[in-house]
Amino acid sequence: MSEVIVITSGKGGVGKTTTTANVGTGLAKLNKKVVLIDTDIGLRNLDVVMGLENRIVYNLVDVIEGNCRAKQAMIKDKRYENLFLLPSAQTRDKTSVTPEQMKKLVDELREEFDYIILDCPAGIEQGFKNAIAGADRALIVTTPEVSAIRDADRIIGLLEAHGLKQIELIVNRIRMDMVKRGEMMSKEDVVDILAIDLIGAVPDDEHIVISTNQGEPLVGNDSLAGQAYMNICHRILGEEVPYLNLDNEGLFKKLANIFKR
Amino acid sequence: MDVFFKKKASGDMAKDRLKLLLVSDRANCSPEIMEMIKNDIIKVISKYMEIDAEALDIQITQTESDEGNGAVPALYANIPIKDMKNKGNNE
Repeated sequence: MSEVIVITSGKGGVGKTTTTANVGTGLAKLNKKVVLIDTDIGLRNLDVVMGLENRIVYNLVDVIEGNCRAKQAMIKDKRYENLFLLPSAQTRDKTSVTPEQMKKLVDELREEFDYIILDCPAGIEQGFKNAIAGADRALIVTTPEVSAIRDADRIIGLLEAHGLKQIELIVNRIRMDMVKRGEMMSKEDVVDILAIDLIGAVPDDEHIVISTNQGEPLVGNDSLAGQAYMNICHRILGEEVPYLNLDNEGLFKKLANIFKR
Repeated sequence: MDVFFKKKASGDMAKDRLKLLLVSDRANCSPEIMEMIKNDIIKVISKYMEIDAEALDIQITQTESDEGNGAVPALYANIPIKDMKNKGNNE
């Protein structure tokens, strides 16, 4: 059984591509066969986050236009042999592909993969319509900010109108220190406003920047963000995983807490 | 006592602002339509009393429904009255 998941947000810069890279890599770590598709035609990004930018020969538009077979365009990941990337085209624009073409491609890939994960471009225009065309499930990425949540709400409305039933929320870049002071909305606040199921809460973690610099997704390592992303992967598989305590207190305080017990 | 020293936490402000914003977003009421509603309200009310059309304020907000099924959208209008005309029914 295969599942097509679109990762979307409306607003740009909230962490769609990072989420796609980490969720995809995490599912591959859990022995699923995964292909990531970068649908942001003209603004290719997922390849650099995955550290695969030097291996691109063909791209999504080449496959759609029949210049090559999907197999030829898919790049095998460096670390996981059951993880593939179908990169976007850099020199074309969103109108090079139609929703019907995307749906057809995705349906072909279902035969071979457990998970097909689509990295959606920002906005609600053609690129968004292409990305959601063949999806079974959507993960909405937002940050605890007014503008990002407003856009997420709009996207949720559009996905529902499109007939997509399974829509889940990832709240990204949470700063627990600010939430505690009342200067940032908590994940509960965001869920309350958007009224959809939560599937992940990811802290604002500098390890993300480091991992993007290196081109190696951090999912599954012992950083807070790495654990948070791994938990999302388990939840995607239907497992119940408790939410992490995102309180990134110092080691000293942690030790103090241990002695208090 | 905090009230005197501290402003409302910005997290709560964000939440309150969003709740209002999303109601009008979801109601899909464009500014043009709001303007049309506003003009029609002015027309109707003006038949019976003199109102301050400049200061009239209408917006879509949320209110608890009487049937107890949560918050529902509501049209809120603040219409300042300049003068009651009582036209026609003065004895």
